[in-house]
Parts: sequence; structure tokens; C-alpha cells
Amino acid sequence: MATQHSRSAARLMMAPAVVLLLGWMLIPLTMTLYFSFRNYFPLRPDRDPSWAGFDNYARFVTSSAFWPSVQTTLVIVGGVLLITVALGILLSMLLDQPMWGQGIVRILVIAPFFVMPTVSALVWKNMFMDPVNGLFAHLWRLFGAEPVVWLSDAPVASIILIVSWQWLPFATLILLTAIQSLDSEQLEAAEMDGAPPLSRFAHIILPHLSRAITIVILIQTIFLLSIFAEVFVTTGGAFGTRTLTYLIYQRVLESQNVGLGSAGGVYAIILANIVAIFLMRIVGKNLDA
Amino acid sequence: MARTVTTRRKSINTALAWAIGLLIFFPILWTILTSFKTEAQAIADPPIFLGFNWTLENYAVVQERSDYMRFLWNSVIIAGGSTVLGVIIAVPAAWSMAFVPSRRTKDILLWMLSTKMLPAVGVLYPIYLMFIQLGLLDSRAGLVIVLMLINLPIIVWMLYTYFREIPGEILEAARMDGATLKEEILYILTPMAVPGIASTLLLNFILAWNEAFWTLNLTAVNAAPLTAFIASYSSPEGLFFAKLSAASTMAIAPILILGWFSQKQLVRGLTFGAVK
Repeated sequence: MATQHSRSAARLMMAPAVVLLLGWMLIPLTMTLYFSFRNYFPLRPDRDPSWAGFDNYARFVTSSAFWPSVQTTLVIVGGVLLITVALGILLSMLLDQPMWGQGIVRILVIAPFFVMPTVSALVWKNMFMDPVNGLFAHLWRLFGAEPVVWLSDAPVASIILIVSWQWLPFATLILLTAIQSLDSEQLEAAEMDGAPPLSRFAHIILPHLSRAITIVILIQTIFLLSIFAEVFVTTGGAFGTRTLTYLIYQRVLESQNVGLGSAGGVYAIILANIVAIFLMRIVGKNLDA
Repeated sequence: MARTVTTRRKSINTALAWAIGLLIFFPILWTILTSFKTEAQAIADPPIFLGFNWTLENYAVVQERSDYMRFLWNSVIIAGGSTVLGVIIAVPAAWSMAFVPSRRTKDILLWMLSTKMLPAVGVLYPIYLMFIQLGLLDSRAGLVIVLMLINLPIIVWMLYTYFREIPGEILEAARMDGATLKEEILYILTPMAVPGIASTLLLNFILAWNEAFWTLNLTAVNAAPLTAFIASYSSPEGLFFAKLSAASTMAIAPILILGWFSQKQLVRGLTFGAVK
């Protein structure tokens, strides 16, 4: 039984974390909203930050860079999700099988997740995708093919490859955890009843994994919508790899058009919140259980 | 009834899993190997796998030219500081939510989670501006604060899920025996909570170490951690593969080793307890 005394003590203990996060959320958010309604160019102090109404919002979506950046963002997020979830399911099912050295294989598979984004971007860009000395170029020449200039000929696909490599371990690990909680007797019973492997997969394994898959998709989407270092290091937003996040970054810090960038920021926040609502619903349900 | 697995099937599983595992790990392995080659061997065609003259020269050059130790130290301070500070702030909050839950506990937890989903780029300029005004730009203190705040929701959640597994009856029994709040925390809760706190520290240290949006945008020279150190190796220096590899290996080695200890916590921490 919680007493009145322990309740007020609890409130007091929660206060620092709540106050800090409230400040962290409200202060910058208010500022972003404020800037988004102004013509604000910090590098030109002669121009007063005048009221702009919804001009920035309108200009951000009508600029020629906007729709391509939305498309790039969707292609990258969608591509990475497809690859990591599909391969993650296959890989987690394989890792769940009996084998020798399972622990070591698990470590090998998980390792990319711990590589910092700037390192993986730079290693892939130079040591693998460099058109002269990269390993892919060596491999292509070995088969008598002309090496591909990856980051200018297939830039979006290259970034999808790099990011998928980073996130496959996450998907695999979560799906493996979920698969291990599957009751193996159910599978055995189905096997004895003569259910072929494919229908065992479709009717037992996949339904069991559906919640974990949803969680993987939602969490990855939130992180993938804001990938930055992978673009920053590889192409700097050139060759059609400018994501929404990168476009806003360029508006704000590179061209110092803070009003326009802030309007973009508000769009990004709205987009992330749409995804977040779904994730929170699942997590919230789990809290009640 | 245990399923009998034939040796043949187990062999096939093993071969397939090892092949895929090595393929996924290969970029890391290749980076580590290349860091011990000379620049000429690093770009040799056909590539040399093991038959080269192992040398430590690249490591010496990288340290000398870019002062690796300073970046390493910045990473340790920023990742370590933000994690420890976050845990200090989160432990009381998670404790009270786990043991003195109220009607609003769930809402508060979900609200905290929602702050984690705020896209960083949406608040980039306000933070940038505040950093300039407060003189925090390119300072370790500033990054400790920001990384603490972005990881605080995860820290609270992880601790909460661990604390919730501690049976409440033990605390009640202690209270019956007349334990004060302080004694309760010090002698009963702390020993039971240590593994959970350790896991939380570990995972959040890794997340902070690898954070590459704020660390790239809010540092220049003085406070730049390893993420920025590596980014400075983009062309033309990146074309010196052996040195790039040595720098990369030094940046990821500490966290690869820590990461291997944190596999289980990773799932719990990053799914907010939704997958265990």
C-alpha cells in the first residue's frame, strides 16, 4: 500500500527527469515554431526577423527540392525496411536452428550494429565502393566487368546497402528473441500432421512474429527517418540522396535560412509523430499486461 | 519430446550460418586487416587477405597526425558523462514509477518515450542558438547535457522494466520491519537493482558513443569525439585506406568489445520492454 507520504516522495523523485524532458521538448519546439513564422536570416542582421505568416510553410513544400527529398526519404526508409525485415526473418530462423558455434555466429551477425555511423559510411564508401581501388571494383574487374561508380551511378541504392548493413543486426536480434519464445511443440505437432515447411512458416511462425515485426518496423522507421551521418559522409546530399532531414539541415546550417528550415522541421516533427503514435499504442498495450 | 536432429542437418545449418555470419562481419574484418597493411598492400589488385607484412605503422601515423587520444578522451567523457548523469537522474524516477505507481505513471512513461521520437533536425537551430548564447558550442559539457537528454527516456524505460521485476513484497516486508526509505533503497533495492543498472549504463554508453548527429553539428575542434574524428577522414585522406582503417579500427574497437556483452540488454532497451 502506497501511503500519502510515499506518494509525495515519489512525485519528488520523478520531478528532475520530468522537468528536464519537459524543458528539452517545449523550449526548442517553441523556438522552432516561432522561427518558422519569421523571415529569419542570422547572417544578415540588417534584416529584421519579420513576420512571415505561413510563407515558409508554403515555400518549403513548393521548392523544387522538396518532393525529390520526400521521395528519397521514402525510398531509403522503405528499401532498408524491406531488406532488413525480410533478411532478418530468414536469418533469425536460421540462427534458431541447432548448430555448432551458435554464440560466435550471433556475435558476427550483431557486430555491425556497434560500428559508429561515420565509420561504416566511410569504410563502405572508400574501401568497398571506390571505383578504382575499392573491393567491389577489384571483384568486377576479376569478372571482366567495368567497375561501377557506386556513389554517383547508384547513390540511393548504395546508401540503402550501407544502412541495411547497419540495421540488419537489430532486426535479426529482435526477431530471434521473439522466435525463441515460440512453443516448439506446436511446430512439431504441425510437422507430424504433415504440414509442409512453407505452410508451417506462413501459419505458425509468421503470425507469432507479427508483433515483433511491427515493433522492428516502427522503431527502425523512427531512426531511419533521421539518418544523417550516412548521407553527410558519403555524398553530402548530392546525386539525389538529399533526404528530408538533410534538406532541413542544409536550409538551417548551410544557407542559414532559419525560417524556411524551421518550417521544414515542423513538417519532419509531424511526420515522425504519425509513426510514433502507432508505436506508442503497441508499447502502451504491453504496459497493461 | 525432443526433436532429434540429424548430424547432416546440423552440419548444413552450421555451414550456412557461418558463411552468412562471416559475410556480414566481413567489412569489419577487412577494415581491421587493412589497418595492418602498408598503403600499397591495402590497394593491391588482387587484394591480399593475410599474406602481407603486418605493420603497426598506420596506428602511429594516425595518432601523430590527428592526435587520436584527444578524440578518444572526448568520446569517453561525453559518452560516459551523459550516461552516468542520465542514470543518476533516472534511477529515482524509475524507482518511484515501478514501486509507487499512480494512475498517471503509464501516461508519463509514454510521454517520455514520445520525446525520444522528436526528430533532432527539427530542433537543430534552437539548440544551436542556445549553445552559442550559453557558450556551450564545441564544449564537452554541452554535449554531455544534450546526449543525456536524448537518452534519458531510454534510460528511464530500461530501469523501469528492470525495477518492475523486483518483487514489491520484499519492500513491504522491509517496511513492516521498520526500514526507512533510505535503508530500503540502500540495503534492499540497490543490491537487487545493480544488474539492471549495469546493463542500462552499458547500452546507453554505446548509444552515446555512436551518436552522430549532435556530435557532428555541435563540435568543431575542442570537444570533437571519435565520430567527428572519423568524419574528418572523408576525402582526400580517406583514400589512404590503411590509415583510414587504422583510424576506424581505433574508433570502433572499444565499443565492439563492450557491445558483445550487451546483446540481451539491446533487445530490451531498444524495444522499450515490448520484446523480451
